[in-house]
Amino acid sequence: MNSATTDNPADWKLPSARKLGILTLILAESALFTIFVVAYLFYIGKSLNGPYPSDVLEFPLLGSLALFSSSGTIFMAERCLHAGNKPGFSLWWGITAALGIYFLYFTGSEWHHLIFEKNLMIATNTFGTTFYSLVGLHAFHVIVGVVLLLGIFIAAIRGRLQPGHTEHVEAISYYWHFVDCIWIVVLGVVYILSVRFQP
Amino acid sequence: MDCRATDAQPAEEIHRIADMFQPLSRPAELLLEPTRLVLLVSLGIFIVVLAVLVYVLLKFRPRSPEDHLEEPPQVYGSYNIEMAWTVIPCLIVFVLVLVSSRSIVEIQNHPMPEDALKIRLIGHQWWWEVQYPELGIMTANEIHVPVSTRDGKPNPTHLILESADVIHSFWVPQLAGKTDLIPNRINNTWIEPFKTGVYLGNCAEYCGTQHANMLLRVIVQTPEAFQKWAENQKQLPAEPQEALAMKGKSDFFDLSCISCHQIDSTPAEGVFGPDLTKFATRQTLGSGVAANTPENLRNWLLKPDALKPGCYMPDMKLSPQQLDSLVAYLQTLK
Amino acid sequence: MAHDITIEENYRMPEPVRAGVETGSLTRIIQELVFTVDHKKLGLMYIAAGLLFFVLAGLLACLIRIQLAVPNNHFLPPDVFNQSFTMHGTTMVFLVGMPIAFGFANYLVPLMIGARDMAFPRLNAFGFWVFLFSGLFLYFSYIAAPGLYAAGAAPDVGWFAYSPLTTKAFSRGHSTDYWTLSLLLGGIGSVATALNVLVTVFCMRCPGMTLGRLPIFVWCMVVMAFLVILALPCLSACQIMISLDRYLGAKFFDTQSGGDAVLWQHFFWIFGHPEVYILIMPAFAITSEVIPVFSRKPIFGYPIMVAAVVAIAFISLGVWAHHMFTVGMVSLANAFFVTSTLLVSIPTGIKIFNWLATMYGGKLRFDLPLIFCIGFLFQFLVAGLTGVMLAVAPFDWQLSDSYFVVAHFHYVLIGGLLFTIFAGIYYWYPKAFGKMPDHTLGMWHFWLFTVGFHITFLPQHFLGFLGMPRRIYTYQADRGWDTMNLISTVGVIFQVAGILFFVFNLIYSFIRGKKSGDDPWDGWTLEWATTSPPPEYNFAKFPEVKSRRPLWDAKHPEDPDWKHE
Repeated sequence: MNSATTDNPADWKLPSARKLGILTLILAESALFTIFVVAYLFYIGKSLNGPYPSDVLEFPLLGSLALFSSSGTIFMAERCLHAGNKPGFSLWWGITAALGIYFLYFTGSEWHHLIFEKNLMIATNTFGTTFYSLVGLHAFHVIVGVVLLLGIFIAAIRGRLQPGHTEHVEAISYYWHFVDCIWIVVLGVVYILSVRFQP
Repeated sequence: MDCRATDAQPAEEIHRIADMFQPLSRPAELLLEPTRLVLLVSLGIFIVVLAVLVYVLLKFRPRSPEDHLEEPPQVYGSYNIEMAWTVIPCLIVFVLVLVSSRSIVEIQNHPMPEDALKIRLIGHQWWWEVQYPELGIMTANEIHVPVSTRDGKPNPTHLILESADVIHSFWVPQLAGKTDLIPNRINNTWIEPFKTGVYLGNCAEYCGTQHANMLLRVIVQTPEAFQKWAENQKQLPAEPQEALAMKGKSDFFDLSCISCHQIDSTPAEGVFGPDLTKFATRQTLGSGVAANTPENLRNWLLKPDALKPGCYMPDMKLSPQQLDSLVAYLQTLK
Repeated sequence: MAHDITIEENYRMPEPVRAGVETGSLTRIIQELVFTVDHKKLGLMYIAAGLLFFVLAGLLACLIRIQLAVPNNHFLPPDVFNQSFTMHGTTMVFLVGMPIAFGFANYLVPLMIGARDMAFPRLNAFGFWVFLFSGLFLYFSYIAAPGLYAAGAAPDVGWFAYSPLTTKAFSRGHSTDYWTLSLLLGGIGSVATALNVLVTVFCMRCPGMTLGRLPIFVWCMVVMAFLVILALPCLSACQIMISLDRYLGAKFFDTQSGGDAVLWQHFFWIFGHPEVYILIMPAFAITSEVIPVFSRKPIFGYPIMVAAVVAIAFISLGVWAHHMFTVGMVSLANAFFVTSTLLVSIPTGIKIFNWLATMYGGKLRFDLPLIFCIGFLFQFLVAGLTGVMLAVAPFDWQLSDSYFVVAHFHYVLIGGLLFTIFAGIYYWYPKAFGKMPDHTLGMWHFWLFTVGFHITFLPQHFLGFLGMPRRIYTYQADRGWDTMNLISTVGVIFQVAGILFFVFNLIYSFIRGKKSGDDPWDGWTLEWATTSPPPEYNFAKFPEVKSRRPLWDAKHPEDPDWKHE
């Protein structure tokens, strides 16, 4: 504790508040998602009536590809930013936002299909309840993420992005990666586990 | 309030004070063992720590105003001492864990004999439905069980707990600890009383407006008396003979009593309220809110909300004549 | 070397001259309060709002005790009684305990770590106003919930709102919606503030304030914030689920359609038990500051004290189902939760022993803060032991949901938390207002409240032994519960008198109290290094810290702490 370095004010280094803040927020969000994931797991195979996951769910290949690749594009955007390549940043960042929007479109059409063709609604059975709440909660986070992405994107193409905004950009990218990770869990639990599990 | 039985049975002793330290049933006795141990251990810790606290306060109290001019020696800690008061509690916790685990298994996984009496207890807002599936008996708010003996062949009663609406909890402290009645789930508990008499219990999980008046009595009888009771419960009540009671019967079926209540072998097949087939053999009204006397019954029918505000039995706006006849009819259901 | 220089030179700036600012006018004060992002003002506002809700919830408690004073009482109808205990519990947990804890954290954490404000001052203001709104929203239900449905008023489902009592079928009208939305909102505010506390501690410490030198108060607040971050989102998830059930017909807890009532209990207590430790952390925090200063010794065993709170926090995440021993879990699960719960008692015991060891060999100064902390030690000992008893599942099968439990958690939350809140308020009152709290009035407050507290809650243990369940609005005369219920109600009179002395003391000392100077208790943590009340910027120059007691070092250059660490 008492080493010379810590007692020299010049060497006094503290973590960035914004980064720690977003990490803490991610921790809180993880707790929130955990409950919904546990609820989904708990109710697998417990619906009293159909439709059941294996009847109606199709693996969301394109949506997942879009979301997963957006993690890569946001990484590229950040690299461009650190290299001082502003047009590159805007391009990659814009692609990320577009992929997010495509994911939302994909989810929207999936829901449309489930509601109007498969008659699965939130009040249909416990599967409907846990499915729409978990996927919906994730989609809500994607929406928030897309809004943040677009905010930075607009600022970037109008040339308003300052060097001081690097931390904001990093915070948003942390959040976006988190939304991606959640999708891995959702994919595994909803589209793989519960589909394979025959009630 | 006099809650004496109105039927022909002799009045049983009522164990009014539901003291958990005077258990009169095997499961309640079994759980008293770890209870005593933890109370004793806690008392010991309490005395020791309190003694230290008092000693410290007296020994190091301020003695004179000048006392504070100088600071006491600064002690920052001692690993040995701290280790000691980490290890000792660990040992105590270890003992308590072992004792409670043994007791949990002993009570919870207690083997039920094949011929144990089975009772389905179903919680409703705010009354208890009681079914004896093997005997074909249906009643409410009062559980009759045979007494067991401490030595000799045990005669336990297996209670199957369910709920029709929200969560309730079965708790008769002198007979057993509590177990919840949960909708969409079946719970089990058991009692094995050693002494005859009436045991009082409450619903122990908050279940809405009239949670307080969801009272339960367990009537423990000698095997002979229980047999007699069960035989009587299985028979249909005699047809009313008096004119007033006969009028009451027709009133009962004309009014909408039958949409909620059931009387065997009649058109009354409602399931929302208690079964009234042998209503007059019961000791209390409204799940224990009042003794089952003609006078209380009349008041209850006149204005259920006065005795049990918020209960689901409606005020039927009965005329005095209807009240008289209904009371007369219900009295014949024994 | 920092410790060679006097406090004056090191930490103070001349008072800023503010031309043209008309202070003191009412509009000006309101404007200041509404627009402020200053952690000290927000801290005091948190505490003040918490105390206001405390008075409201206390009045509800008085109604409850009057109703239960005698058997077959008709003072309150059952629905009003049920609303009263629901609002009392919800208020005390969410609108009194947590906000006051946040108030202390807000006011003191930046001062203690030598920072000028919280990491996110505007988020801080957001957290406060969201909390205040959620509280007012909850109480608005008294007026608004009958609304178009004319059913229900305030929520009446109990503070843990077991499903399916909260589903549309059993809770008509909007009272439960008010409860749900208010808690959802309050949860957002709590997470925001907890995040802020956490980030402040890790990112705003002044040079030399390493994690190993943080005052234990700050450590406890870090642990509390961490638990809030992990636990409150679980509550929010619960509230979202109820709302989906109630508004969109979802089936989470609809037992008629395959929903599971016990799932709610698991989810709620996964939040609910860490919540208990969230509420007791401020008690640990304040006691760990007050006892050393008033014993004139450093805290005994700093590392193990920190380790103990961290251990308590981690274990508390795995004990939730000890609230559920009666739901019919398998015996293995019951045994597991008995074990995990009993494990909590080990670090808790260590804390009590270390506090005693801190006092041992010291020179005690019986000022108000220490007196309240001694009350805390005694009551927390009782509460801890009844907690150990309830952890033993067979004991709990008898006493869960009985008045024994009511007595137990009031010993924790009043005897534990509230007593230390009083201690904390008396301890830091001079810091916040520059005036000393009146000792005589404080002693009246202490004795009346302590006596009343024990008269009220001690008999409730025995009511539990005699089979009295909690949350009943009436009872019959022949159950052996009359005398102790009456005694319990009589105690309330003393408690109310004590609180009146407390409130009067706060006001009286503010107006008439004698000037305290900057460091009236001869304290050791950084908040005493600045003026009382502190300027907006807290410290003119960032203080330098070389040990756990920077002011001890400054006052005792001949034997500074850092030589011993």
